[in-house]
Amino acid sequence: MRDFKPLPDLPPPTASTGAVGWARANLFSTPLNTLMSLGAFYILYIALVPLLDWAIFSANFVGNDRNACLTGGACWAFIGNRLPIFTYGSYPATEYWRLDICFALLVFSFGPQFFDKFRYKMQLGIFSLTAFPVICFFLISGGSFGLSYVPTDKWGGLSLTLTLAYVGIVAALPIGIALALGRRSEMPVIRTFCIAFIELWRGVPLISVLFMSSVMLPLFLPEGMNFDKLLRALIGITMFQSAYMAEVIRGGLQAIPRGQYEAAQAMGMSYWKSMGLIILPQALKLVIPGIVNTFIALFKDTTLVLIIGLFDILATVESAITDPAWGAVATEGHVFVAMCFWVFCFSMSRYSQNLERKLHTGHKR
Amino acid sequence: MENATSNELAVQLSDVNKWYGDFHVLKDINLNVAAGERIVICGPSGSGKSTMIRCINRLEEHQAGQIIVNGIELTEDLKRIDEVRREVGMCFQHFNLFPHLTVLENCTLALIWVRKMPKSEAKDVAMHYLERVKIPEQAEKYPGQLSGGQQQRVAIARSLCMSPKIMLFDEPTSALDPEMIKEVLDVMVELAEEGMTMLCVTHEMGFAKLVANRVIFMDMSQIVEENNPHDFFDNPQNDRTKLFLSQILNH
Ligand SMILES: Nc1ncnc2c1ncn2[C@@H]1O[C@H](COP(=O)(O)OP(=O)(O)OP(=O)(O)O)[C@@H](O)[C@H]1O
Ligand SMILES: [Mg+2]
Repeated sequence: MRDFKPLPDLPPPTASTGAVGWARANLFSTPLNTLMSLGAFYILYIALVPLLDWAIFSANFVGNDRNACLTGGACWAFIGNRLPIFTYGSYPATEYWRLDICFALLVFSFGPQFFDKFRYKMQLGIFSLTAFPVICFFLISGGSFGLSYVPTDKWGGLSLTLTLAYVGIVAALPIGIALALGRRSEMPVIRTFCIAFIELWRGVPLISVLFMSSVMLPLFLPEGMNFDKLLRALIGITMFQSAYMAEVIRGGLQAIPRGQYEAAQAMGMSYWKSMGLIILPQALKLVIPGIVNTFIALFKDTTLVLIIGLFDILATVESAITDPAWGAVATEGHVFVAMCFWVFCFSMSRYSQNLERKLHTGHKR
Repeated sequence: MENATSNELAVQLSDVNKWYGDFHVLKDINLNVAAGERIVICGPSGSGKSTMIRCINRLEEHQAGQIIVNGIELTEDLKRIDEVRREVGMCFQHFNLFPHLTVLENCTLALIWVRKMPKSEAKDVAMHYLERVKIPEQAEKYPGQLSGGQQQRVAIARSLCMSPKIMLFDEPTSALDPEMIKEVLDVMVELAEEGMTMLCVTHEMGFAKLVANRVIFMDMSQIVEENNPHDFFDNPQNDRTKLFLSQILNH
């Protein structure tokens, strides 16, 4: 009998690795492929060169008025000049630090979640869903702890956009879960109420929800009773969002096999325990992509508050580009807004992928 | 009198009837199971075997008759249902482990949340039963990473953690490959030898001969025949039993 000896590892053939190998295999493998690759390069070339020229090479980055932007390139000086307004709205400049703390807290609560090594993800997650919004509310609104009161009509810009989206997301998730459970309840009153609620809010465009909350609602309220416009918008957005959330979560609940409920029952678990410990964790995990999808949609839909006179980031940019002190800067303004939205939406998307990967326990059967 | 019976009788079904809509799925079921007794239930598909044993821990509701488990009569009363489920463990055909929890967490979950046991103590109990079903080394894995036989043994350990007085098995081996059936049956035989009261729906006739005190044959929603395993297999009385036995023994 001969001894078993593994063969030595050989280096891979050179032409199949590295940039050259990759290009040869993927771009130039046949004459037709070569032709198409060259064509694609040419199209990229004629599209990219003027774009890069506009955005970077002939762009102007510093200056205080239209005279800084005479080269014909992008006028980023305008964005730089108005950045405080785009970020803080008409919040008093001496109090910017309060919003800065909130931004820093936001980064602090979500940044570490992207690192696999970080150990306190759970604790930090709970912090960002509970303490974080409360701290931010007291900081931004003021009126206590020696902070001066800042009325909500001074809130604006990116900080308002984030406020609307964050409250919409954080408040809609639990309400959505409750509605989804209610819709599957065996109690007819609860079930009917939940179905009616969901179908009502889901059947109306957000823009009319906002319009009603700001214009119609005050007509029905008793004389003298008047509550904050931002609060009304937040309630409208939350109701609207929770109806969508409920349907996404219901999809997850329906995918959990009946055996899971039965096993929980057989072990003596109450309805709430089996929901909280067994059904919901699995159902929510299944629908993470759908949940994040509605988060992203909501984030972008917050721009609609423009029509009820709230100045979110898009509205502040819209009003700034009409300023005669600057020339035609509409493109720069809108590119800036688009980039801001993209950064946040893309982060949410990455975060959800991260979460899905982490929660995967290999039970595909 | 009431007390005396409840001391000896683990499960008592009297004239139990149940319907699914118009379909009469249990017809006048009468069955008394003494504490420590091992019952095997067999019969053709759709005869109501699962429905009957699922009534015993109220996964299904019976509509007429009386079910008394360990002296507690099952009614609408949620408290009684809870008490009964405390005494009764159940294993399912498809295991129904919780896929998002590890094997150990599957076992400790109910101890911690239903029995309010401290975590470390619950872990000790769980490890004890995982050792009994011979898979302590899999404790940190997820159910999706185990073979079918291992999963069913985890499911048995999970039920045993709640220290039930009665165990219900609903075809615990029929979703398994032949080589895994034995490892699960071995665990069940051990359990039987320790004196657990067992009601087991199965078509494993070897198992029935080895451990059962009584074999019950169900067909068309009723109990057709019951006897000790020796007479049941060698000398069946009813024509339908004979037909059924010839079918499952000859295939
Ligand atoms: N939820 C239900 N609604 C309506 N009919 C049902 C329901 N569950 C079971 N049945 C019917 O009741 C009958 C008995 O079902 P049961 O599951 O008790 O059979 P079984 O003897 O366990 O069969 P098997 O060996 O296939 O598991 C079947 O005819 C089945 O179609
Ligand atoms: Mg069955």
